[in-house]
Amino acid sequence: MAEAVLEVTDLVKHYPLTRGVLIRKQIGAVRAVDGVSFALAPGETLGIVGESGCGKSTVARTLVGLERPTSGRIRYKGEDITRLSGRALKAVRRNIQMVFQDPYTSLNPRMTVGDIVGEPFEIHPEAAPKGDRRRKVQELLDVVGLDPEYVNRYPHQFSGGQRQRIGIARGLALRPEVIVADEPVSALDVSVQAQVINLMERLQNEFGLAYVFIAHDLSVVRHISDRVGVMYLGRLVELGSDSEIYDRPTHPYTQALLSAVPPPDPAARAHRDRIILAGEVPSPARPPSGCRFRTRCWKAQERCAVEEPELTVPVAFRGQKGPAAHPSACHFAAERRSVPAAGGET
Amino acid sequence: MPEPQCARPRSVAVEAVAVAAAATPDGGAAPGHGAAPEPGAAPQRRSAGSDGGAPTGKPRGLWSDAWHDLLRNPVFVVSALVIVFLVVISVWPSLIASRNPLSCDLALAQEGSRPGHPFGFNGQGCDVYTRTVHGARTSVVVGVLASLGVALTGSVLGALAGFHGGAWDAVLSRITDVFFAIPVVLGGLVLLSLVAGTTVWPVIGFMVLLGWPQISRIARGSVITVKQNDYVQAARALGASPARIMLRHILPNAVAPVIVVATIALGTFIALEATLSYLGVGLRPPAVSWGIDISDASPYIRNSPHMLLWPAGALAVTVLAFIMLGDAVRDALDPKLR
Amino acid sequence: MLLDVRDLRVEFRTRDGVARAVNGVSYAVDAGETLAVLGESGSGKSVAAQAVMGILDTPPGRITGGEVLFRGRDLLRLKEERRRRIRGAEMAMIFQDALSALNPVLDVGSQLGEMFVVHRGMSRGQARARAVELMDRVGIPAARERAGDYPHQFSGGMRQRVMIAMALALEPALIIADEPTTALDVTVQAQVMELLARLRRELDMALILITHDLGVVAEAADRIAVMYAGRIVETAPVHAVHRAAAHPYTRALLDSVPRLDRKGRELYAIRGLPPNPLRVPPGCAFHPRCPVARDICRTDEPPLYEAGEGRRSACHFWRETLDG
Repeated sequence: MAEAVLEVTDLVKHYPLTRGVLIRKQIGAVRAVDGVSFALAPGETLGIVGESGCGKSTVARTLVGLERPTSGRIRYKGEDITRLSGRALKAVRRNIQMVFQDPYTSLNPRMTVGDIVGEPFEIHPEAAPKGDRRRKVQELLDVVGLDPEYVNRYPHQFSGGQRQRIGIARGLALRPEVIVADEPVSALDVSVQAQVINLMERLQNEFGLAYVFIAHDLSVVRHISDRVGVMYLGRLVELGSDSEIYDRPTHPYTQALLSAVPPPDPAARAHRDRIILAGEVPSPARPPSGCRFRTRCWKAQERCAVEEPELTVPVAFRGQKGPAAHPSACHFAAERRSVPAAGGET
Repeated sequence: MPEPQCARPRSVAVEAVAVAAAATPDGGAAPGHGAAPEPGAAPQRRSAGSDGGAPTGKPRGLWSDAWHDLLRNPVFVVSALVIVFLVVISVWPSLIASRNPLSCDLALAQEGSRPGHPFGFNGQGCDVYTRTVHGARTSVVVGVLASLGVALTGSVLGALAGFHGGAWDAVLSRITDVFFAIPVVLGGLVLLSLVAGTTVWPVIGFMVLLGWPQISRIARGSVITVKQNDYVQAARALGASPARIMLRHILPNAVAPVIVVATIALGTFIALEATLSYLGVGLRPPAVSWGIDISDASPYIRNSPHMLLWPAGALAVTVLAFIMLGDAVRDALDPKLR
Repeated sequence: MLLDVRDLRVEFRTRDGVARAVNGVSYAVDAGETLAVLGESGSGKSVAAQAVMGILDTPPGRITGGEVLFRGRDLLRLKEERRRRIRGAEMAMIFQDALSALNPVLDVGSQLGEMFVVHRGMSRGQARARAVELMDRVGIPAARERAGDYPHQFSGGMRQRVMIAMALALEPALIIADEPTTALDVTVQAQVMELLARLRRELDMALILITHDLGVVAEAADRIAVMYAGRIVETAPVHAVHRAAAHPYTRALLDSVPRLDRKGRELYAIRGLPPNPLRVPPGCAFHPRCPVARDICRTDEPPLYEAGEGRRSACHFWRETLDG
């Protein structure tokens, strides 16, 4: 792999649970993210999937500096950005931008589209000379497939898909190297979703962007990602290329997650081996000891309650080549086909 | 409990939007959003312009949309006309009442209407018409200045509390609780009886002192709501300074409820001034105020009701006009109707 | 035929004009059958269901035409009083957002029991016992203890189970489920869909499943009705649709979803946006976005053509679409 643009090591984010109004006492912590490590190569897309409460959005927010991590490092081209502040932090932020989930709340309703897309230039005046900004904004609108004449319009005059394009244009303005997209298409209709996904792929090729693409929709993540990380209760449980994760998952949670997605082909109904997980995700304030998935896992044994599995290539697959040999945080990692084969077309 | 910032809280919000939108035809491109006909988002950037028409209507902001709504609302038009009239006569009362409100002739005391004196005379023999017209100035000045004072103090304190949170917020909340516990009229009787003077300033000062907590609560809540929007997060992620986030993103979106409440409060301040003057602790003669006139007239209500009816009627119409204006403004700014 | 909806029309009066949210929709469901109504937001799929169920807010909505034949009776002509007795007892509804569909100040046991008190005239005690039974049946652990809990004390998946229990309470012949799993995580969605399928089999109920998720459709439906701009554009057995679509919109929808089982190339994206219900294009409403549209599509509204295999398509060129 080429040198990483972004390298995350042991990222931890705990939200303290407090009691009391004036004098606060900490009575515990929600372990939203609890030791996550990954690297992002230039121009690559890393998908992060997981269910609600798994910490994937918190990862996104720490990457763009909206939250300060409790511990751990985030290195942009080798420089630890969690220690930066003031001018240095602002300079780094130019290179890591975010696209938000909800196109209805992510644009300021009192600002015109031109002001919204041009705001990055006002905050970072060195990025574009003043006289140049209007033209740059219009260029950006054109790049994301909107009529440049729309600069004077307000967000409420646009549909959800168009608003998401405006949000993407804002994210592109400073020519970042990394875009962190938190559920960028989950609020959109199917047909509009495809437009936005295609747009993001085209922009990636045109500008050499690296994406951290966070979503709960496993099909969307497979479509857009080069590598995929699966999160459960604040930890990455499996990490690999898209075909390693989707075709050869070895972690039971990934297998259950994939098998739960109904395939859009009714012919696949018959030969489907669906794993229905028992129970629900435990509270991140009181995660289970050892392996966090053990309370819902059909393979769980005593060892799982005591010893927390590490995210490395499992012993059983070490020394092997091939797609099954990828990092998976399970003591009993084993292959199991979880996605039914494409009907007749593979 | 601070929720872990994961997908759930946000997606719930999205669904809430969808549910709300479903009240109109099935959500999405519903007219409930006030969305103009959807221009096509072009699949290819080359065809961007040609594929979809432009949104119809002029490029208008939410403020100018609200203004257009207001102009179509008869309640607003009527109350605004009344208020414009009041403002004009309080600046130039001589336009319609050329006499001196303080020149009285005891010989004419309690007389009814006669040519040139349509409202008759009061107990001191002063012309009721002239005094009623001149009384508007006091009411408008007290109402407007007290509202402005309350709105500024309240929103600055409330917005800071909402923006920074933490100890500052906790302290301010307790202070507002204390102020809410003070009964307004009783407080006025006690505090204002300590100051002597015939100017409006002690009255205005008292109203600001007791009025700001209400606005501060509203401003605080509004700022907290707006602060959670993704566009504020987006600005933070861009590295925007706190001042920029506050002035550019939060304030313009949080100010609407403050405007509405301050407008409605304006009417109640006018009524409060009259009440305090009636009780003898607000303005005092020789100041001209509807409250003073109502107070002077009340002993004679059986024999000479006209002395009471005119200033009281003027007061009622004025208060009503400001409250209706506030209602109309709220309807125009309410995002749920948008 | 258990439910036969014929030419249903619903309008909304808004400040900016009249929106024809449902514009001549017909569909039918047999006893024990599952019909999926597929559409994007604004297609009218939920509004049509609300009109069938009789819970449409009027105003702003207004039913301007059509028939809703349920067991042979036209529900639209019944008195509200009689409709209310049918609702809950013979047909019931499951909503997307269980938290807002359940009463927050009543415990779950009382809300479930209410159904038996109102419709079956049971005593409070009997009703409570039945409520616990029901909660057990929909797989809520420790049902007896949890019956005293309030809706917010349940997780999203468990709340959805409570709502399903409520819909099933009186063993209705028809259940309308409006995006029942959209708010849920995949693994919980799988649990809930499995539960729905099991109960539907056990009680032999008909199910109308309103959704935008092609996966859910493929998994649970017998037949599918695709809606666009307030009209049905295609109905067909679910297997037939997946082999080949007879309407360009259906086909485009199928092609625009990313797949879990393989990495596709560029996704097919339908150009443009769904129409504003205030200004639905003349002729075929889909023509501005349609890759095969010709002159006739701009002027003549296509009827639902019979397209063989139990399939109907509202496309003038359904034959070519099927073949190509």
